[in-house]
Amino acid sequence: MTTPSITNSDEATTQRDVAQKSSTEPLIFERSKRGRRGYQLPPLDVPEQSLDELLPASLRRDEIADEVEVSEVDVIRHFTRLSKLNVSIDAGLYPLGSCTMKHNPRINEEIARTPGFALSHPLQPEHQVQGNLELLWTIEQTLKEIFGMPRVTLQPVAGAHGELTGILMVHKALAKSGNARKYILIPDSAHGTNPASAAFAGYEIRELKSNSRGTVELSTLEAAVNEDVAALMVTVPNTLGVFESEIRAMADILHAKGAYLYCDGANLNSFVGIARPGDMGIDVIHSNLHKTFSTPHGGGGPGAGPVGVSAKLVDFVPTPTVERREDGTFYLDFNHPDSIGRMRAFHGNFNVLVRALTYMRSMGPTGMRRIAQLAVLNANYIRARLRNHYHLPYDAPTLHEVVFSDKLQTAHDVHTLDIAKRLMDYGFHPPTIYFPLIVSGALMIEPTESEPREELDAFCEAMIAIARESEERPELVRSAPHTTPVRRLDEARAARQPILRWKR
Amino acid sequence: MSNLPDPTDPHSSHRYIPNAGEDIREMLEVVGIDSIDRLFDTIPDDVKLDRLLDLPGPWSEVESRRWFRGLAARNKTAADHVSFLGGGAYAHYQPAVVDQLLLRAEFLTAYTPYQPEVSQGTLQSIFEYQTHQCLLTGLDVANASLYDGSTALCEAVLMAQRLTKGKTKAVIAKSVHPQYTQTVRTYIQNLGIELVEVGWGEDGRVDLDALRAACDGAFAVAIQSPNFLGVVEDYDAIAAATEGITRIAVIAEATSLGVLAPPGPHGFDICVGEGQAWGIPTQFGGPYVGFMVVRDALKRHMPGRLVGETVDVDGRRAYVLTLATREQHIRRAKATSNICTNEALIALAANMYLSLLGKEGLREVALQCMQKTARLRNILHKIKSIELPFAGPVYNEFVVRTPFPAQEILADLEHEKILGGIPLGTFYDGHERDFLVAVTELHTREQIEHFAAALSAAISRERR
Repeated sequence: MTTPSITNSDEATTQRDVAQKSSTEPLIFERSKRGRRGYQLPPLDVPEQSLDELLPASLRRDEIADEVEVSEVDVIRHFTRLSKLNVSIDAGLYPLGSCTMKHNPRINEEIARTPGFALSHPLQPEHQVQGNLELLWTIEQTLKEIFGMPRVTLQPVAGAHGELTGILMVHKALAKSGNARKYILIPDSAHGTNPASAAFAGYEIRELKSNSRGTVELSTLEAAVNEDVAALMVTVPNTLGVFESEIRAMADILHAKGAYLYCDGANLNSFVGIARPGDMGIDVIHSNLHKTFSTPHGGGGPGAGPVGVSAKLVDFVPTPTVERREDGTFYLDFNHPDSIGRMRAFHGNFNVLVRALTYMRSMGPTGMRRIAQLAVLNANYIRARLRNHYHLPYDAPTLHEVVFSDKLQTAHDVHTLDIAKRLMDYGFHPPTIYFPLIVSGALMIEPTESEPREELDAFCEAMIAIARESEERPELVRSAPHTTPVRRLDEARAARQPILRWKR
Repeated sequence: MSNLPDPTDPHSSHRYIPNAGEDIREMLEVVGIDSIDRLFDTIPDDVKLDRLLDLPGPWSEVESRRWFRGLAARNKTAADHVSFLGGGAYAHYQPAVVDQLLLRAEFLTAYTPYQPEVSQGTLQSIFEYQTHQCLLTGLDVANASLYDGSTALCEAVLMAQRLTKGKTKAVIAKSVHPQYTQTVRTYIQNLGIELVEVGWGEDGRVDLDALRAACDGAFAVAIQSPNFLGVVEDYDAIAAATEGITRIAVIAEATSLGVLAPPGPHGFDICVGEGQAWGIPTQFGGPYVGFMVVRDALKRHMPGRLVGETVDVDGRRAYVLTLATREQHIRRAKATSNICTNEALIALAANMYLSLLGKEGLREVALQCMQKTARLRNILHKIKSIELPFAGPVYNEFVVRTPFPAQEILADLEHEKILGGIPLGTFYDGHERDFLVAVTELHTREQIEHFAAALSAAISRERR
């Protein structure tokens, strides 16, 4: 390594650069050295046959060119150093709106690693896996009570997978009654997965404009619903955090025309234990267990997206279902002639379901209610503390999240992205930004119930400081972050000339 | 609602929810209301619950351990039996390092890396994972992960149709994992796609003549190798028989890539599969990790996340989610997929496994699987009344046929603490006497010999 030349004038800057360079990490492929080894297997204990007898050379490969050769120490150092380049919920507030970054209890991890669960095989016969089947049956009963609905499928492994499952069920039910219809209505505040899922289920999308409170206007819905509309997909509370107070009337309008009401349950954390989707007239809801029920996000999964359905849709759930016999034993029931079919091989993300059920039991009925109460209080506390410093584009009361915009800061040419990046310098993960799309320059903040008041105060003070900096030292905000392992990236270059893998 | 607990009562606090008592009262004051209930005024009373949910709990860790361990103890698993189960879920060596590192909170409790400055750990790991996939499959571009092998195949079929506008027929080998094929049928049910299945020949490989005929006018063909019967397919022969259409290779046993010819250089455009075999626990079917690798020309049609290399404002190398204009949060109804949350943590585990095993280890695992499988086949071959019905080459799994119903033979083996295989009749009519047996590097010579002896004894007992 060459020594960087240091002049007195930029010595401080250079030292910072050196410190930051050392905080990045080479690729595992660049650590590779011929002859290093990171594993050991027991010696082969059966007589060795010539490979040619087992498999013709034309069906074999040579060595995997460029695969790594590293020791166990190299691997541990590499991934430990990589991990230090991440921020995480364990380290502090991670207020991504609509993502529900809450505490991930470690007992859930311990239970999921119980050998009887972890080593069970998905194709074992029922009598060998009674424990697993009882667990699946129990989590369905639990979610039925939480949703207020008669049936929940556990197969979907993510929110979007649940959406697809739900809309396929709607399609099948309508097709069975003679007309699958053409359109799904989706409000303009919806998650992008909603239109994508509806399209993959075979529908065209019609967007519904929100009213000035950010909710669905009944007259707009009434005008849009006809015999060609299969369902409305609505997020409750919506992506502004506003509860659709007229949800029952919305359901009535849809049901009168033979259409269904789909609820994106991404924001269930705000009303779990307080109100139930089934009591609102909702026909289908998916719940992201990696949000409301605390299974870790893992940097982008695994998740689970169980789907609850109303009585009209129980015949269409994916197969197999888990059922209990009178003698208390459990079995897989494939006999659902109207089922949409299988949504995934095996039984969904079983070991995510184990974690979620552990959490549900840890919370119990009182804890479940307290989740929503404190998640909503925390969000409203942030809203109250920041509303004099950031523009609140929709003033309607909100539940678990609050959406500000950068309107006050744009006067100083400081934008949402700059505010988000500057928050990193204060030690916080930024909120969700530029979403929902109906708010220009949105900053969507969801603290969850996991945050102690001191953390909320520190976050608010950082946000207030950034608002002040935007007026007094806008360049400091525009050039943030300054203290992260890397600074702003050239994202255009990444897309224009994609480098998607390492090459020697 | 008088019977509902008062949230400001110190006795109502919970270990996962810090704010309680006085903090709650002061925060309510800042918000400008006098009770938490007021926060929910926008929820109409007629949909509000006037009671607590009817659920057990709250449980302490002690109570949770007691109940969940009790359930787990009611399973019979590889924890207390010798298992020869495969069929798309395989028990391989799991390096201790992997699970320990996965528990690092910085990986475990981070979200999707939308903010690259504070997510380089996740992003760089995905970039490395993508690179491993390319090296193993001999294709050019891999995504950050899909849900599992079955849904990865769904995405591949949908992607292939986007590439060839107008055609509506896809061909799939009957020897692709039957649950994968069922999942594809679910996904395509409203999209006007016809799925045609092609059977196998006597050696257990796809019937090439039938395949050639079926592919006429199709937009894609999907072949699994080793297939669900355990037989290794001949990619070159399949490519020659299926000119001019998108070829999809399905890999359900990912360690096979340590020794089998990769699909990329042998005529396949898309490789999808299940990465569970890379040291992920079988855990009753999930979470696993689906992978997809494609030729470079197809990259802008791919579903899922992609991580690319770039530089920051100081010129330092860094990684970022890229080509997002394919994705649902930008393209909405016109996205290449609806996928959002994927299986990032399992992909990280796969990256760690592949790095630890490395060039030598991936080959040694694969060779040991083959040698031990061959050992068991050689012993079984010599036992009268046991048939190995498919003569094609195998990797670590194969079909065993006895004169008796497979379920009965397997029940007999269970008495010997052996989970002996997967009855093939569950998946294919006319195969009630067949079952699938998988052998991996974890099996010892004694276990293999004991299995053969127990099987032989089971057949003798059935005879009496």
